[in-house]
Amino acid sequence: MTATATSRLSGLPDSASDLRTFLHGLPGVDKVGVEARAAALGTRSVKTTAKAQAIDLAIRMVDLTTLEGADTPGKVRALSAKALRPDPSDPTCPPVAAVCVYPAMVPFAAEVLAGSGVHLASVATAFPSGQAPLDVKLADTRDAVAAGADEIDMVISRGAFLAGDYGKVFDEIVAVKEACGSAHLKVILETGELATYDNVRRASWLAMLAGADFIKTSTGKVPVAATLPVTLIMLEAVRDFRERHGRQVGVKPAGGIRTTKDAIKYLVMINETVGDDWLDPDWFRFGASSLLNDLLMQRTKLTTGHYAGPDYFTLD
Amino acid sequence: MFEYAPAPESRSVVTIAPSYGLFIDGEFGEAKDTFKTINPADEEVLSEVALAGPEDVDRAVAAARRAFEGWSTLPGSERAKYLFRIARIIQERSRELAVLESLDNGKPIKESRDVDLPLVAAHFFYYAGWADKLKYAGFGPDPRPLGVAGQVIPWNFPLMMLAWKIAPALATGNTVVLKPAETTPLSALFFADICRQAELPPGVVNIVTGAGDTGRYLVEHPDVNKVAFTGSTEVGRAIARSVAGTGKKLTLELGGKAANIVFDDAPIDQAVEGIVNGIFFNQGHVCCAGSRLLVQESIAEELLASLKRRMSTLRVGDPLDKNTDVGAINSAAQLARITELSEIGATEGAERWSPECPLPDRGFWFAPTIFTGVTQAHRIAREEIFGPVLSVLTFRTPAEAIEKANNTPYGLSAGVWSEKGSRILAVADKLRAGVVWANTFNKFDPTSPFGGYKESGYGREGGRHGLEAYLA
Repeated sequence: MTATATSRLSGLPDSASDLRTFLHGLPGVDKVGVEARAAALGTRSVKTTAKAQAIDLAIRMVDLTTLEGADTPGKVRALSAKALRPDPSDPTCPPVAAVCVYPAMVPFAAEVLAGSGVHLASVATAFPSGQAPLDVKLADTRDAVAAGADEIDMVISRGAFLAGDYGKVFDEIVAVKEACGSAHLKVILETGELATYDNVRRASWLAMLAGADFIKTSTGKVPVAATLPVTLIMLEAVRDFRERHGRQVGVKPAGGIRTTKDAIKYLVMINETVGDDWLDPDWFRFGASSLLNDLLMQRTKLTTGHYAGPDYFTLD
Repeated sequence: MFEYAPAPESRSVVTIAPSYGLFIDGEFGEAKDTFKTINPADEEVLSEVALAGPEDVDRAVAAARRAFEGWSTLPGSERAKYLFRIARIIQERSRELAVLESLDNGKPIKESRDVDLPLVAAHFFYYAGWADKLKYAGFGPDPRPLGVAGQVIPWNFPLMMLAWKIAPALATGNTVVLKPAETTPLSALFFADICRQAELPPGVVNIVTGAGDTGRYLVEHPDVNKVAFTGSTEVGRAIARSVAGTGKKLTLELGGKAANIVFDDAPIDQAVEGIVNGIFFNQGHVCCAGSRLLVQESIAEELLASLKRRMSTLRVGDPLDKNTDVGAINSAAQLARITELSEIGATEGAERWSPECPLPDRGFWFAPTIFTGVTQAHRIAREEIFGPVLSVLTFRTPAEAIEKANNTPYGLSAGVWSEKGSRILAVADKLRAGVVWANTFNKFDPTSPFGGYKESGYGREGGRHGLEAYLA
């Protein structure tokens, strides 16, 4: 067996040109087809008991996020408290999966979340642009972990990716993964900037080969964030990657998912493409903020039979 | 486990009368005999429908003949108004018609709602636009209608086939006697009601329900000028014989055994969707279904694994459930034929596979099925099954793919899957089929002509080409 073939089977390409050959050898994505499939899955009718089940699962999958320049310790504490008890009036409402903040805000979230089982995610690596030297990105990552984050959401260098410098993107992910230590690494592809579905598939594989624990669509800071077709391609990628390499990788669409109806479309998509194994907060997350209140509103509607106004749900 | 709760579409939007007569000269009238139409999903009798005999067909043709004078001399822009009106009423009543179609035919509501009905309305809108522009259609400066069109349609897309037949006929100034299929007469009768609602002049559209004999009376009627038939090749051949030498103009849209060719550079995940859509859409009751999968050997194993995984997620069951992907087989007779051919496939040595899927106890059901290891010599690779049964063959080179794809008495449609544009064009050019889809399958549009080669029939329906069959 040639060196290239060996490296591909092991999942560790040994040169930049191998990586390129591999990524460009992945099956293409037909734009019309993938969009039609995503739209068709979006027509599933999820009602009554199935809806109740879906809402609770979606709540448990939320990475409750605030990523604003205006974030303060007080705001982050409030958000963290909400993560633990999304609906203070209903003890049966499950907590969310994680809180996601900037590195500087990690200590304040950690105070509230410590020992709760709710994860603490921090964006790092010069989020959202990723335009900083590698040593700065690594320091950013180490600081966030040291401050208590057990999940790191990094951004890839889209410029390097689009320039075809896959080796650089790969090496950065490997380095950040190492800096994470035991913290889980989510790799943000920023699919809105990758321009084609073929690129989304390549970037997904690149991140997984480099050691990503999760692949995430977007920062939420560019005009096009998570979409159903992009998430479908990423789900197919994690499915195929596990089949080939035996390692399961999670998926996190982020940005633009605001309603229960949207969230359910994603759950349907998981259900009918990768199945049960990913229908779990360990393997699928929603990066969102306003989504949670809509989920809570719909949850209340299902249990009480009527809609409550926005003042009955806590502000983030 | 994430199980979807039942999500049934309400039946209350449609009221089916206990019995229906024949629609002749703008009026519903009784016939001597009747027959029952059932819901294939549970065998419940939906209604009792008139069985038209020779004298009924005679009356219908006479009514159409009387109406022809006025209808054909109406300015095209006036005929267009009626067609636009019909199209709008169809849109307004689309939920009712979708439920009706699913009840009588067994197709899933998501298909009747999202595919059939939108296409039906689109067809009327499209041909309404042609009615006053016939001079510019390329068939001479003053194209004339033929007279009375006798039209016989199948049960797989009852209302859509009606639209394909009636819309161009009326736009060009012909009048119509249409016979819907024996197992699915109801939507045509509802369409008769829509004609009255649109105040279409009496006799322009006449609907005679019945079985094979009724269709025979109609196509053999001496005062019919044009015969249009969609259905089996066997019946099409008989019609061609009976029409030969009579001067009647004839179009036939018959069976198919389409090849869906997947090259090793295809977008695999979308190709799998296309294969599923090609053969399991409408329970495989599609004349242009992609019933032969030709897959390049180098990716056959991978592709089949993906296909089986995808098939395992197909939801077979209640046609009115909004989450159903595959509904009921249309009739006991069709189920028997599918069952018989599938058994022959297994006996001939092909390997049969179906996902685990519970089927309802009542009604007519057949699990989505694929046969692997099929060769050109197997009957399931040659004969039209007209059900959710896919025969999988492999090939090594593009030349072999083309040879195998064309090695069939049919030639209605074909599919090509490849990310390489030049290959798609080169292969499509050599396929002897009326429609070739590239990186998609079963896509229909009123502006696009549709029809076959060889035993798949002759003439084209849809598009500008579809006008030609109704003009002299």
